[in-house]
Amino acid sequence: MAVAARKAGRAGAGSANKTTSTKGSARGAVPNIPQFDKSQDLSSYEDMLLIRRFEEKSGQMYGMGLIGGFCHLYIGQEAVVVGMQMATKEGDQVITGYRDHGHMLACGMDAKGVMAELTGRRGGLSKGKGGSMHMFSKEKHFYGGHGIVGAQVSLGTGIAFANRYRENGNVCLTYFGDGAANQGQVYESFNMAQLWKLPVVYVIENNRYAMGTAVTRASAQTDFSKRGVSFGIPGEQVDGMDVRAVYAAGQRAIEHARSGKGPYILEMQTYRYRGHSMSDPAKYRTKDEVTRMREEHDPIEQVRRRLLESWKLSEDELKAIDSKVREIVNEAAEFATHDPEPDPSELYTDILL
Amino acid sequence: MAIDILMPALSPTMEQGKLAKWLKKEGDKVKPGDVLAEIETDKATMEVEAVDEGVLAKILVSDGTDNVAVNTPIAVLASEGEDVSAVASKPAAAPAPSGQPAPVPDMQAEGMTDRSAPVARQGQDVSAPAAPAVITGAAAYSASAEIPEGTELVTMTVREALRDAMAEEMRKDESVFVMGEEVAEYQGAYKVTQGLLQEFGAKRVIDTPITEHGFAGVGVGAAFTGLRPIVEFMTFNFAMQAIDQIINSAAKTLYMSGGQLGCPIVFRGPNGAAARVAAQHSQDFAAWYSAIPGLKVVAPYTAADAKGLLKSAIRDPNPVIFLENEILYGQSFPVPKLDDFTVPIGKARIHREGKDVTIVSFGIGMTYALKAADELAKEGIEAEVVDLRTIRPMDTDTIVASVMKTGRCVTVEEGFPQSGVGAEIVARIMENAFDYLDAPVIRITGKDVPMPYAANLEKLALPSVAEVVQAAKAVCYR
Repeated sequence: MAVAARKAGRAGAGSANKTTSTKGSARGAVPNIPQFDKSQDLSSYEDMLLIRRFEEKSGQMYGMGLIGGFCHLYIGQEAVVVGMQMATKEGDQVITGYRDHGHMLACGMDAKGVMAELTGRRGGLSKGKGGSMHMFSKEKHFYGGHGIVGAQVSLGTGIAFANRYRENGNVCLTYFGDGAANQGQVYESFNMAQLWKLPVVYVIENNRYAMGTAVTRASAQTDFSKRGVSFGIPGEQVDGMDVRAVYAAGQRAIEHARSGKGPYILEMQTYRYRGHSMSDPAKYRTKDEVTRMREEHDPIEQVRRRLLESWKLSEDELKAIDSKVREIVNEAAEFATHDPEPDPSELYTDILL
Repeated sequence: MAIDILMPALSPTMEQGKLAKWLKKEGDKVKPGDVLAEIETDKATMEVEAVDEGVLAKILVSDGTDNVAVNTPIAVLASEGEDVSAVASKPAAAPAPSGQPAPVPDMQAEGMTDRSAPVARQGQDVSAPAAPAVITGAAAYSASAEIPEGTELVTMTVREALRDAMAEEMRKDESVFVMGEEVAEYQGAYKVTQGLLQEFGAKRVIDTPITEHGFAGVGVGAAFTGLRPIVEFMTFNFAMQAIDQIINSAAKTLYMSGGQLGCPIVFRGPNGAAARVAAQHSQDFAAWYSAIPGLKVVAPYTAADAKGLLKSAIRDPNPVIFLENEILYGQSFPVPKLDDFTVPIGKARIHREGKDVTIVSFGIGMTYALKAADELAKEGIEAEVVDLRTIRPMDTDTIVASVMKTGRCVTVEEGFPQSGVGAEIVARIMENAFDYLDAPVIRITGKDVPMPYAANLEKLALPSVAEVVQAAKAVCYR
């Protein structure tokens, strides 16, 4: 595993860029990881922390029985969506699968609305009718939140089709996992996207397990950046635990798509710390593996170190950020706990327009 | 020994065609593989090749003749050395069951079927010269508050009506586009999209790869952004590959988004049995899609309804499943000549009024229902024929009002019996008009078997006019 083989950020903040593994990349070596300026480090830290704290709270509320059904947490993968969002411009769309809380927060959707949807309340972003896997925001250009593995890939390709049809210059970021990458419609979509040069970036979040199945047990080709080779779609493997690497790769990919050259594949090598869903004890991997990833590669810890060491922030300043984030999350949880359930009359609304 | 050259069929559903051009003339020597003539239907052209060697002794059907029935002798081929003039003066032989030459299978089978009327399935004489079926008069376009009094009617095929509906809506709204297999350069596998590429260009008339699941998803994604795709499935049999995107993505997202994200898309194409294409290509999906909240399901019979309903479907902000029928494509009906003729989704129509028994059907099923009504009339039973036109939302009021009047009901569809559209109609009548029934409702459906290939078995598997007549008499206790 490229991620495991890498020693990120050990030699002090900002100076260990070239350790990023690009072995096996379909495009060869990527340029050195760019430095973030202070504001980029700060904003990415805050954005990732919000997702981390939100997801921790979700897990807690699930345990309390406030959240039902499936609940797939994004803890560990925060750098992927935060880095990608930094590379977008207003109007670019995002679509993903069921592990979507982080994407929604990164798109700027209201934490209260997301949390209240998790608890199935009327103030939820889908009025309590969608749940964890099904939220949308036209205003924030977020197209879901899809529960069928791989379905979002064709849908995101269709959003990109609409961008080209309207000639609006927007790019659709289409996220899916290493598991979804084996679905047939992914390749049907790759074919059409390249055939029609659609402005779409396929972001494969390789967190190394499709539910409980390790990639090596499910995939004949585990270098997901090569999955577009037979269509002539360029791809690269990216250290998905380093938000700077994600941002840089995102810029390259989005520029490629926006300039009319067609789709681009980014394999984000990442890791989820929690199980597939809340009901998954994750017995298919060792505790050591998880501990090693958390201690050596944590995306938030990497930025935190830079903030302390390169930008000389004090612990108090970091605590202030943490408090601010906790406040947002606590307010969301509070709202989601006390907001009423949908009115029974909502049962029969929103079926047809 | 002289050989009759017979009018070939491009496909099992073709009944007649035009003899466009002879490429050989009388007296010409002919070897196997020589192209003798070209024939045309409204969808395609094909070459008639010689199978035998000889001399073209006599041409029986001249260039430019329309409506030449399949298996009609079109020329006589004399053997080498045979007296050509003697052969030529001989009266034409009766059509043989397996005539020559054989059709040249140079085109994709799915795309090349045609039939102007479903009579072949009733076992009638397919070699009889047939004029295009035109249903005229009040029965053809009854009623209706849908068109102003005195509106001029023009005759057109269902195929042309569908094409016109798409073209009109595409002229009106830039966000409407059509995508599917062979819709553009090929002009439509069934020629429904004929001429659209020429008028609207490749940006709006898009040939897709053969990738139903993928392009259905692409269409749905585009619709989420507010475009109005018309996704053509070459047939709805192939839409089974895409049914996840249709149901899980198109139909449910509005609800799952709390009303934020609509999906204004039309999935259209031929549905149900064509002829002699066996089980995988002969299935009616009306009942399947009609089970799904979040979808509208439309299945027109006449050309006027095809046009008016397709225009409404394209404008509808919801996903609409638009079920056409290959056999109906070539049938002609009067269509109101109006600048903007639409038919509301969700309204059934009394196609024929009667007082003794209600026959409810839709799409191709209407052909059995109407013929049965004619038969029943001869025996003094006045059947009221209700054309559902929309399967979901189902116009229960019209069905129930008719059943309250007649007290008796027969449903007719080509789909499977279990959990079919007929079963749903029966349930609604039971719920809403139980006390008005004078007899249990009878369902006439396709049989509970995969569609067989053999001609006789296929005929048995489908409903028949006789079955409808028998059922109507049974509910009338006659």
